[in-house]
Amino acid sequence: MNIIHFWRALWGIVGRELWRFVTQRERFISALVRPLVWLFVFAAGFRAALGLAIAPPYETYILYEVYITPGLCGMIQLFNGMQSSLSMVYDREMGSMRILLVCPLPRWFLLLSKLLAGTGVSVLQVYVFLAIAWFYDIQAPWQGYLWLLPALILSGLMLGALGLLLSSFIKQLENFAGVMNFVIFPMFFMSTALYPLWKLKESSVLLHNLAQYNPFSQAVELVRFALYGQFNQYAFIYTLTAFVIFMTVAVIGYNPSRGMMIKKVGT
Amino acid sequence: MNGPVALSVEDLTFSYGGKKALNGVNFKIRTGECTLLLGPNGAGKSTLFSLITRLYDTRDGHIELCGFDVKQQTRKALANLGIVFQQTTLDMDLTILQNLHYHAALHGMGGKFAKQRIQEELERLSLYERRGEKVRQLNGGHKRRVEIARALLHKPALLLLDEPTVGLDMPSRQAIVEYVHQLASSKQLAVLWASHLIDEVYPDDHVIVLHKGQVKANGTVDGVLKATGTVHIKDAFYSLTQGERA
Repeated sequence: MNIIHFWRALWGIVGRELWRFVTQRERFISALVRPLVWLFVFAAGFRAALGLAIAPPYETYILYEVYITPGLCGMIQLFNGMQSSLSMVYDREMGSMRILLVCPLPRWFLLLSKLLAGTGVSVLQVYVFLAIAWFYDIQAPWQGYLWLLPALILSGLMLGALGLLLSSFIKQLENFAGVMNFVIFPMFFMSTALYPLWKLKESSVLLHNLAQYNPFSQAVELVRFALYGQFNQYAFIYTLTAFVIFMTVAVIGYNPSRGMMIKKVGT
Repeated sequence: MNGPVALSVEDLTFSYGGKKALNGVNFKIRTGECTLLLGPNGAGKSTLFSLITRLYDTRDGHIELCGFDVKQQTRKALANLGIVFQQTTLDMDLTILQNLHYHAALHGMGGKFAKQRIQEELERLSLYERRGEKVRQLNGGHKRRVEIARALLHKPALLLLDEPTVGLDMPSRQAIVEYVHQLASSKQLAVLWASHLIDEVYPDDHVIVLHKGQVKANGTVDGVLKATGTVHIKDAFYSLTQGERA
């Protein structure tokens, strides 16, 4: 096993993804516009409608904008994970995925490198979003921005692994719309990104339960606590476990001996 | 004809559900040989390539690349392989140089060595001056050349080309056909070229005719002509595939 080979390949994959992201200005801007619209329009509108009690990690009453900011960080990563999955399906249809898969490295490593690359991009997006939010007076303690980094990496990996898993199942690009309807939207809305769990329980116990066991909720909570310099152990373990499960299934999905690859291309 | 075996395919059978795409395929390719894999659409050429490159799993049969079992020693086997797929697999938004550096990184090549190899391969194809251009700006023939340069960057022992001249104009096609034939002889490289264009076959080539998943002919151009009692490879192909177009 040649470690230098692995290292070079990892940097090759991550560097390519970051370069593509930086040079694709439209992608960069659209990735920011979505959460900013939610922050400036949706949150401002709902501020009066939603009353929030004091709950950890917050120590005082907070504005709704403050509450949904970690949720919007999660949203960025959720969409980024799905975008990566979309690009994997596209790459596979267009053939460029093959160049990656036929290089002399283990497939799990190639997929993990792709995942790290996508996570790197989503972390960048989140920090730019938080910088804008800072000027909108949504400010966390400065240490929080440091603690946030490992939390964002883990949540980004988990959501990226989910995207990877989905991409191993999706046969064609056209089927991706289904992912939006059946995965992204339910995951986002049935989570603690927009409303706290106790608030959900007031209206529906079922919704509350679904949100509680939704891995996206736990990723959001991990990010929320980290932003205020606190460690949410339950959210950490839950997110880590979800990452391991999603990644394992994705690797199996991309394994030519066992997975779905065999069904992807005709003669 | 006496070079070492670069690719060995033995008793290879592959099915999609109940439909057999390859049935008992056997052949060997030696270093210094340019082998044209001819077959009509649906003959199993792409399936064969997907199995050689381990995109699909080999369940029945055996594939060895430079003595390494593709299934058991995948990484060692793939390290000896350069490939040009039928569809362009370059990143259109990156420059020629960036695309090649990406490939070099995937093959674990260090910066200095990668730079030197990129220069060598691009100069050979008269593309070094254009290295800073985005791939999107290149015409089809030049994109193909970049892909060939990329496939050769890590000095593979076997070069696989899956219908690389599809969609190219005549001069670009001829230039690529000529270049690849030169490569096989001068660089001591084994070439397996899937094609449906009979005029890409040179008299010294090795030919494999694949039809409905089975090898119908395997040998030199002369040998195939003798075996089929024809005078032109085009007629030999038609007689072996019962008149189907390549």
